[in-house]
Amino acid sequence: MPVQTSSDKLALFDKIWNSHVVADLGDDWVLLHIDRHLLHDLSGARALEEIAQRGLTVRNPELAFATPDHAVSSAPGRNEATFAPGADLLRGLRRRSAETGIRFFDLGEDGQGIVHVMAPELGIVLPGTVLICGDSHTCTNGGVGALAFGVGSSELVHALATQTLRQRRPKRMRVRFEGTPGQGVGPKDLILHLIGRIGAAAGTGHAVEYAGSAIRALPIEGRLTICNLSIELGAKMGMVAPDDTTFEYLAGRRFAPSGAAFDCAVAAWRELPTDADAVFDREEVVDAADVSPTITWGTSPEQAIPIDAAIPDPDSAPDLVRREAWRNALDYMGLEPGRPIAGTPVDWVFIGSCTNSRLSDLREAAAMARGRHVASGVTAWVVPGSERVKRAAEAEGLDRVFTEAGFAWREPGCSMCVAANGERVPPGQRAVSTSNRNFVGRQGPGARTHLASPVMAVAAAVAGAIADVRRL
Amino acid sequence: MEKFTTLSGVAAPLMRANIDTDVIIRIERLTGTQRAEMGAYAFEALRYRADGSENPDFVLNQEPFRGAPILLAGANFGCGSSREGAVWALMGAGVRCVVAESFGDIFFNNCFQNGLLPVRLPAADVQRLAEQCAGGNARLTVDLARRRVVSPRGEEMPFAIEAMRRDALLEGLDDLGLTLKHTAAIEAFQAHDRQARPWVWQPG
Ligand code: SF4
Repeated sequence: MPVQTSSDKLALFDKIWNSHVVADLGDDWVLLHIDRHLLHDLSGARALEEIAQRGLTVRNPELAFATPDHAVSSAPGRNEATFAPGADLLRGLRRRSAETGIRFFDLGEDGQGIVHVMAPELGIVLPGTVLICGDSHTCTNGGVGALAFGVGSSELVHALATQTLRQRRPKRMRVRFEGTPGQGVGPKDLILHLIGRIGAAAGTGHAVEYAGSAIRALPIEGRLTICNLSIELGAKMGMVAPDDTTFEYLAGRRFAPSGAAFDCAVAAWRELPTDADAVFDREEVVDAADVSPTITWGTSPEQAIPIDAAIPDPDSAPDLVRREAWRNALDYMGLEPGRPIAGTPVDWVFIGSCTNSRLSDLREAAAMARGRHVASGVTAWVVPGSERVKRAAEAEGLDRVFTEAGFAWREPGCSMCVAANGERVPPGQRAVSTSNRNFVGRQGPGARTHLASPVMAVAAAVAGAIADVRRL
Repeated sequence: MEKFTTLSGVAAPLMRANIDTDVIIRIERLTGTQRAEMGAYAFEALRYRADGSENPDFVLNQEPFRGAPILLAGANFGCGSSREGAVWALMGAGVRCVVAESFGDIFFNNCFQNGLLPVRLPAADVQRLAEQCAGGNARLTVDLARRRVVSPRGEEMPFAIEAMRRDALLEGLDDLGLTLKHTAAIEAFQAHDRQARPWVWQPG
């Protein structure tokens, strides 16, 4: 049985959850109010189609926001027809959004981009709100202090029609990252390290709160990166309590409140952080100083190791299931146990995705790429997360830094993170990617993916092999 | 939604941990394929070799497991992407029940929206079932009303499921219909919330 928090000591999660209960359904189930929906071309178009076919109506279209991201080309100068199979989805989303009164951000417009990049940057997601999307990385949005989670198609239709979802109260877990990370270590390394240590199923059934001095010190974009990989920890919700960093980030954003309404909201948001002495069902502590630049070697995000470590030997796996899993992973990845992971030659580098495609990611990557060059034989792409990120990066000249270093500078979208738009790592080729999933076939059939931070991706591109960014 | 009451049939052991929804159905199949046709693409990456021929090592390509209505899986089955297509693909391939130690949270929810029963059993029980099923007599019975899995040797393994979910599956009830009965409560909540948190209601 989960330990119950005493009623006067509430976690951030409890405060948001409790204030969104429309009806108690018994057995720990509630009807939960949904404050925001994000719709993208894959799940959103289908859900709106189903709403129309079933003769339902979208209850609160003013609370929903749509943009194409998965099935659009990222080729420079793209338009909706560049990737033909995605064109119908995009047109469907555009048409249904117009019919139902949902705001739609089209290709080339401010607001277009990966849903989890555009929602925080436009101030669509706010502290204390409940936000959903038919996409598992919706947890990213928890970085501003929201309860944000991914749902399947049926739940998405349910939420569009009723502005609620039937949900079971999850358990609570807190992870505290304390201290100061060393050189070359960023939010991506912190979260990969955690998943490597406690496993890809550790967060199942939990809402995770990230706390501790290393989280407080992070700007919002870093917190979004941490929360992004909550689902790789098995948790559908991850969040960071809002603070002054959050309020400063949100001030002046397009859909955030402004003026007196903003001050009034901030006063309410200040009540959200977890009470001292609130009890969690599980607690973990990570000393940030212990974390090295981290990279995955296998086909699950939990198969993560420090950059200076050796590729693990299945014979030393802790149990039979993992021994088998490690063997399969090494076989798929074409790696030999016992060898150092650094020095493994790479063919592709992908900097992008809802994990690491924001302006701060691109700035760090560009700083590392400046004056260096992509190794021959390596194809390296930078795909900004949104139209707004792209414009801001271009205004700073980051695009030229990348292109002069031999990287391709592309249009915003999910691109090679999931290869839904046909942009794939070819079979058998090896990629270092700043995305969040290294699953079998994730970046294309037979593609071999190593997950790492933006600076580690640049290091690999320049070295032509997996490399320690601290030695570049 | 399809009802689920009692299911007796072949159980296929697929005992890898962390089988993700990208492996269950590739993303391209979500753009071009109708829901009813997704079964043909279930486990594509495992089921076929690079040249497109069937991989004889994959359990669902072997007799008597081909078309098995029950899967026995490793921990964290259905982790990863929220795509409900993973459930549609499994159901299209004839799967009505998956037994595993644990499941990805979103996949787990999606199962109940479609009438596929995910059963959580302790790892040792799943392992024992897998061993018994690998041995030839692979028939299991899953009795939802009694919350029991009955192994090929007649061993009864109880599993937990909330009454609300069990009843919805037994009767094939649709969540949306049930929720629409709460419309008055939704209206009251929203009316109050517009006063309490006006900033939520005036985006932009
Ligand atoms: S960038 Fe990748 S992980 Fe993020 S929403 Fe797009 S496909 Fe999903």
